[in-house]
Amino acid sequence: MDFGRISRRQLLQGGAALTLGAAVGARPAFAAETTIGFIYVGSRDDYGYNQAHAQGAAALKKIPGLKVIEEEKVPETDAVEKTIESMINLDGATLLFPTSFGYYNPHMVKMANKYPKLRFEHCGGLWSDKDPKNAGSYFGYIDEAQYISGIVAGYTSKSGKLGFVAAKPIPQVLRNINAFTLGARLANPKATTQVIFTGDWSMPVKEAEATNSLIDQGVDVLTCHVDGPKTMVENAARRGAMVCGYHTNQSALAPKAYLTGAEWNWEVLYPKFVKMIAAGEVIPNFYRGGLKEEVVKVSPYGEAVSAEARKHADDIKAKLAAGNYVIFQGPITDNKGNTVITAGTERSQQDPELEKMDYLVEGVLGATS
Amino acid sequence: MADGSIGLWTVPLAVLGGAIRVSTPFLFVSLGECITERSGRINLGLEGTLVMGAMSAYGISYLSGSPWLGVLAAGITGAMLGALHAGICSLPRVNDVAVGIALMLFGTGLAFYLGKPLIEPTAPRLPAIDFGWWSDIPQLRAALRVNVLFLIGVALAPILYWAFRTTRWGLLIRTAGESSDAARAMGHSVLLIRLRATMVGGFLAGIGGSFLSLFYPGSWNEGLSSGQGITAVALVIFARWDPLLCLWASLAFGGAAALGPALQSVGVTSGYHLFNAAPYILTLAIMIITCSPKRTLTGAPAELSITR
Repeated sequence: MDFGRISRRQLLQGGAALTLGAAVGARPAFAAETTIGFIYVGSRDDYGYNQAHAQGAAALKKIPGLKVIEEEKVPETDAVEKTIESMINLDGATLLFPTSFGYYNPHMVKMANKYPKLRFEHCGGLWSDKDPKNAGSYFGYIDEAQYISGIVAGYTSKSGKLGFVAAKPIPQVLRNINAFTLGARLANPKATTQVIFTGDWSMPVKEAEATNSLIDQGVDVLTCHVDGPKTMVENAARRGAMVCGYHTNQSALAPKAYLTGAEWNWEVLYPKFVKMIAAGEVIPNFYRGGLKEEVVKVSPYGEAVSAEARKHADDIKAKLAAGNYVIFQGPITDNKGNTVITAGTERSQQDPELEKMDYLVEGVLGATS
Repeated sequence: MADGSIGLWTVPLAVLGGAIRVSTPFLFVSLGECITERSGRINLGLEGTLVMGAMSAYGISYLSGSPWLGVLAAGITGAMLGALHAGICSLPRVNDVAVGIALMLFGTGLAFYLGKPLIEPTAPRLPAIDFGWWSDIPQLRAALRVNVLFLIGVALAPILYWAFRTTRWGLLIRTAGESSDAARAMGHSVLLIRLRATMVGGFLAGIGGSFLSLFYPGSWNEGLSSGQGITAVALVIFARWDPLLCLWASLAFGGAAALGPALQSVGVTSGYHLFNAAPYILTLAIMIITCSPKRTLTGAPAELSITR
């Protein structure tokens, strides 16, 4: 099995061709076809998590010389190992993107050990020193984009009551809820975020019920962290509430109600990875980034967003993009009154403490258990 | 209430709203399954029928622009799946439960395959009737926005109850379900009766699916049913094969589904997993209270393979 070395050479040739092509003004092309495999846990057009990755894959399809193969609805079991094996042995894939959190351990780690010359890139940020060197795990600080959504929501809400439909109280979700709330309280210090946990990643009826209950409570701007935001967006818009999107841009579903949203920007990151490989650079095994690194982005503002909100949000966005703004800056108290980040402490994005978040900040109505 | 909030009243209102909004698919599937099971056959495939119904309704509504055409298409799809189930079960030595499980997987798989291009587009939805016009509380008005399908379902329950008791075809279905020998002695084809009963059951389950995709939650995606079809089949046993009890059970399940989110929205945050499980706890409790080792389930058709 020598796919690895051949393709590495092919990629290097591709890199050379790319430079050459750029020099003579031709379209950059890979010398020989390189196959990249994408694996999704759900449907790739779910208006959510999987669609965001599929958009990244679509960006790669546009690069000449790359062949992208995809398989969707692969469960987080040894089914993903079979998919990886077939992508490698039947299609000749040399770079694989198993995009779901639960694919990593033990499945992808096992495959990376078995095929040490191929490259594996997992979404979730789970790589540690013990893991194989040809495996990587990347993730984005999407809470930065949620922070911007929060600012816009805080200005737009008339009642000062915001709603958050969340799946499970895990650190990533809590971080989004907290960033959204902290952003909203920049705009309106009295704003509150009511959170409802549905219990799982895809529960359309529960999500619709949660949306209705929140609006019944006087909530007039909602956002969410579930796999497919379509249900929340459509049902909230029907009730006349405003929404901030998640994962991808859902403005087409509710053009009038869509304020802004926190989106993944895989269509920038994936071509970047491929170029790094082609140029012979090493992709850090543990790759992370936010607005600055263009791993996440903010949806264009909707028409209901006021000039004041745009100005404030753009200002913070520019600071985050420049890398000189800290969202989790002490003093921060949780909604039970305990100080979780002391005054003077700055927890910047890379701080491992933030990965362990188990609290909801002041202003969030709800509990983690 | 100057801020438009209604405080703790959210909970009863959400349960009422949930009973109306969430119950309709349960109601249609359970009434359909009630007819099928009364004829002596169990169709576990209604989960697949529900999902196929949801997908075909959404697709036809999107392509034709008429949601009502979508509802009809969902019903026809359901009837065809019912005919498939009945057809296979007509063969000798075929177990209807096993066929049902196969059709459940077939129906959901086919719906996911055909429904792939339908996830993104937005189809025209079924209209709602505003029964809350008399109130100036927006929350109550929202809870009382009722879809015609719900009303049809509510009307259908007493009609079926009456039909099973007094009409000729109602009695025939029950005869086939209680004793196929008796039906044969009367000169009727049991297989034909069961074919029709399964098709009607499938038709209703398909319409239940159209409610999911065309009214509430109101769009097609692959997690849409999340097991509601199979819950509704279980609900028939829970309702003792009685259409009127099916109605109450569906309303209770719908209301219970709204309980978890509603309690969280007013600040009862502990144990939301428990509240989300409320419908299932309810089922278990009633099953335990009403079961008896001394007799079979009251109301169970004698020909049903689970009781035989």
